[in-house]
Amino acid sequence: MLIINCPYCGERPEIEFRYGGEAHIARPADPSALSDAEWTDFLYNRTNPKGKHAERWRHIHGCGRYFNAVRDTVSDFFVTTYKTGEARPDIEESAR
Amino acid sequence: MTGAFRTASGGRIDRSKPVAFTFDGQHLSGFSGDTLASALIANGIHLTGRSFKYHRPRGILSAGTDEPNALVGVGRDEAHYAPNLRATQVELYEGLKAESQNRWPSLKFDAGAVNDLASPLLPSGFYYKTFMWPAKAWTKFYEPKIRAMAGLGRAPEAPDADRYSQHYAHCDVLVVGSGPAGLAAALAAAASGVKVMLVDEQPEMGGSLLASRDASIDGKPAQQWLADALAELSAADNVTLMTRTTAFGYFPHNMIALAERVTEHVAVPDPELPRERLWQVRAKEVVLATGALERPLVFPDNDRPGVMLADSGRTYANRYGAKPGKRAVIFTACDAGYRSALDLAAAGVEIAAIADLRRNPAGELPAKALAAGIEVRPSTAVTGTSGRLRVSGAALTKMGEYDFGATQQIACDVLLMSGGFTPSVHLFSQSRGKLAFDPVLNCYVPGTSVERERSAGASRGLFELGAALEDGYAKGADAAKAAKGAKAPARAFAAQAPRLGTDGHIGATPHNRNPAFAKAFVDWQNDVTAKDIKLATREGFRSIEHIKRYTTTGMATDQGKTSNMNALGIVSDALKTPVPQIGLTTFRPPFTPTTFGIFAGAARGELFDPARQTAIHGWAAEQGAIFEDVGNWKRALYFPRGNEGMHEAVARECRAVRSAVGIFDASTLGKIEIVGPDAAEFMNRMYTNAWAKLEPGRLRYGVMLREDGFVMDDGVVGRMAPDRFHVTTTTGGAPRVLAHMEDYLQTEWPDLDVWLTSTTEQWSVIAVQGPLARQVLRPLLEGIDLSKEAMPHMSVREGTILGIPTRVFSVSFTGELGFEVNVPSEHGRKVWEAIYASGQKFGITPYGTETMHVLRAEKGYIIVGQETDGTATPDDVNLGWAVGKAKKDFVGKRALARASMSAPDRKQLVGLFTVEPQTVLEEGAQVVADPKAPVPVPMLGHVTSSYHSSVLGRSIALAVIKGGRGRIGQKLFVPMPDRVIEVEVTEPVFYDPKGERFDV
Repeated sequence: MLIINCPYCGERPEIEFRYGGEAHIARPADPSALSDAEWTDFLYNRTNPKGKHAERWRHIHGCGRYFNAVRDTVSDFFVTTYKTGEARPDIEESAR
Repeated sequence: MTGAFRTASGGRIDRSKPVAFTFDGQHLSGFSGDTLASALIANGIHLTGRSFKYHRPRGILSAGTDEPNALVGVGRDEAHYAPNLRATQVELYEGLKAESQNRWPSLKFDAGAVNDLASPLLPSGFYYKTFMWPAKAWTKFYEPKIRAMAGLGRAPEAPDADRYSQHYAHCDVLVVGSGPAGLAAALAAAASGVKVMLVDEQPEMGGSLLASRDASIDGKPAQQWLADALAELSAADNVTLMTRTTAFGYFPHNMIALAERVTEHVAVPDPELPRERLWQVRAKEVVLATGALERPLVFPDNDRPGVMLADSGRTYANRYGAKPGKRAVIFTACDAGYRSALDLAAAGVEIAAIADLRRNPAGELPAKALAAGIEVRPSTAVTGTSGRLRVSGAALTKMGEYDFGATQQIACDVLLMSGGFTPSVHLFSQSRGKLAFDPVLNCYVPGTSVERERSAGASRGLFELGAALEDGYAKGADAAKAAKGAKAPARAFAAQAPRLGTDGHIGATPHNRNPAFAKAFVDWQNDVTAKDIKLATREGFRSIEHIKRYTTTGMATDQGKTSNMNALGIVSDALKTPVPQIGLTTFRPPFTPTTFGIFAGAARGELFDPARQTAIHGWAAEQGAIFEDVGNWKRALYFPRGNEGMHEAVARECRAVRSAVGIFDASTLGKIEIVGPDAAEFMNRMYTNAWAKLEPGRLRYGVMLREDGFVMDDGVVGRMAPDRFHVTTTTGGAPRVLAHMEDYLQTEWPDLDVWLTSTTEQWSVIAVQGPLARQVLRPLLEGIDLSKEAMPHMSVREGTILGIPTRVFSVSFTGELGFEVNVPSEHGRKVWEAIYASGQKFGITPYGTETMHVLRAEKGYIIVGQETDGTATPDDVNLGWAVGKAKKDFVGKRALARASMSAPDRKQLVGLFTVEPQTVLEEGAQVVADPKAPVPVPMLGHVTSSYHSSVLGRSIALAVIKGGRGRIGQKLFVPMPDRVIEVEVTEPVFYDPKGERFDV
């Protein structure tokens, strides 16, 4: 069971958290300005990388806050976690 | 009584404490400190089981976790019965009852042994090839027969009466295994001052030292040194020692799962104690000192009772004072076989001969054996054995340069074999560490680590005592340093033990027998022979993972502890490919079989999935309500009177609500309080409706979409104040809705000043519905004027009831005049009972969810999840009116603008009348235009809700039908297995379509 470092609470076991999908996909400010293709892209298309993946997690059985994390999808280990709204840390894109 | 095969003295058993036990009803005796296996051996019993497939007689092969044969069922009674326990790990206690498995009618005469004669018909993969026809016979005939014939123990028939507990622990250094390397690692970590846990699966710590006869450490006999080391560790405050504790799983971030057997070994367990404890240990650093497993040799007839691993034979003699036989033949490919020969000879066992596969055994141990006068035959293989229920002789064949020489039969009652040692890398591999092949040792050893762990001693191929101690100490010191920067004092160990060398053998050994009939077992537990594995390679299997599954080698409960490397050797030989290129199958938890109880812990029975009950539940139960499960909630389904069935009760409850007044427990509705200066803006964005103009004191039915435009939830929302909304959700939907809201609030619109609070459990909701509802409630309320003028339909008022603060909604899910009285849950039952009393003179009738469903269906009200399935737009279910078209944005709005979301042939909610009015359709039934159309018949949609309506005196149904609104008045068909039901498409509101009854 992974240890996940909640940026608000500190290190806690994985069972306190819930996965929230890929991070840094902002909801468009004016969805009506988007074409169907653009909207589809926003709604459904994700990067699904092999390697470093920026993703959302929620400390659902703790503080309840969403935060972001970079996790290596090959090793399953977290590289770092950071608060919602902060920029994605400069970590090389993927292990290939 | 104490066993004809006991040594005169010695061993770690307590000869002053005899222990009586039974095996298959036979009364036997052993000593305290015996395992079931050692006690059986001391009584001269090797035959302990029948093999899985061929029902061949099998004996005790090993002395530890790797035992594939001696699986037994143990238990005082059915409620404490455990099948498939390894006799080598079952500790003897007074009165222990054990039975053998997979035999009928008895162990000595087993009818299933006919399979052995039929074995040419049962090659690997035989069930894939044989039981193909007729297809139906698989489930009815073949599978039950195969399951009955091939198998392990039986499942107990009574529920498990034992308790299991679950614990968490944290430490700096966890050492797994208390053999020489583990002990040395624990000593180093302990001396560094860090928090240490040392765990071992056996009842005593010491590992291989427990079976030591002549080794010494620091000038002391090894067993004395062991006692001193354990005393040193026990005295240290920073060390926790756990015996009978198996580290069975290695999970990410150094979480190790331990199974501690607490009372399994005790005749009369303390009722306060659990049978087992699950420990989830989070260790900063781990030292794996899990030792090594001896490899058997794969030669013909190597499975007779009395054939066992050489080091295990030595363990029985040295540790348990149990001689595995009177006259032994040893078949070896390494020096360890000689150590066993010497130790058994010292225990009084005659050594008939040592057959050594090697041409020139020249180590320290062979020299000692020769000096002791033991007959050593180099370049010799055992090519067969004789005996039926016990080995009675071995065929020793000289191997020449190119051919086989003479074969000689040698009488023996035990045959010990040793192919060398395989490091126990199971936990390392579970931790996802990468294994490396060691070409000298011919086995896999730990390579690159992934977790914060290191292997020590025999588990990484260091089999010599001195090397294991030294390595263990270094690894313990390293772990303490890595965990806490702590430093261990320097310490050296002066170990004296005969050198074992690095020789060994993997794969099948050479023989001159007819290969069509020779059975040389690789996997004892799953009855896989060398021939089976070769057959798989001939049939084209190349990957060891495929060969494993096709032949089932290594797939038994022992997970191939004895078989994996030999199977690899045979494949390597057959394919002329080096072992590392063939790979290795994956090691998965658990290391040894683990009880289900330990995982369940306290989560059994009522605690498995706790039921949620409303404050009014007790009242409903007292009234004899029948309950249904809605999510985790228990809800009253109906309240039968006298001998009423559901149909009569629901009809009566419906009539009461339509004609007088009913009372309904709606407390399970999800509730969320939304508060803050931006609450209305937040509501605007989350719901399709417009909220800005909703005045405080008014209610509105809200529809929530997902971003893809489909209906996610609905509920009535009350505006309590400009900055406060009382939101209700579907029963069970609140957590999902709250999470959805939190997601947007936290991650998309953190600028909005809004707070969300779950209030589902805080409010009891009592629905009073029917034309007389006002009369019932009026006398009880203070500060709320229920009159039509003061409190129109869809209003909310705050006041008190019985002095208790309340929020009263004038709202109806029945189509009648109705109120929902919200009170704090702790007062729910009191208020309910007061309303019920007040309603007596009006004939107030409690009703359940079934009546609620009928009443709402009569009104065409949807239930999200029943009329919708995650692909319904608001318009599909006639809620287009609730969509704020003028709003610039809300969650789901953009998706609704896609052309397909308003296509005319979408499935739309309509009503259905069966042409025969008393026929009630089945929910989920498909609706078609032409039941005689060729298959596949085009489906137009399906029935979502269907009831008998007592107020209409006929059946009603809701359905989603393609282009349904354009089909009103059309006849469609519902094909059922036995008939076709004709229906007419109608408007979905069956009763009071103008809604006049709200205003009585």
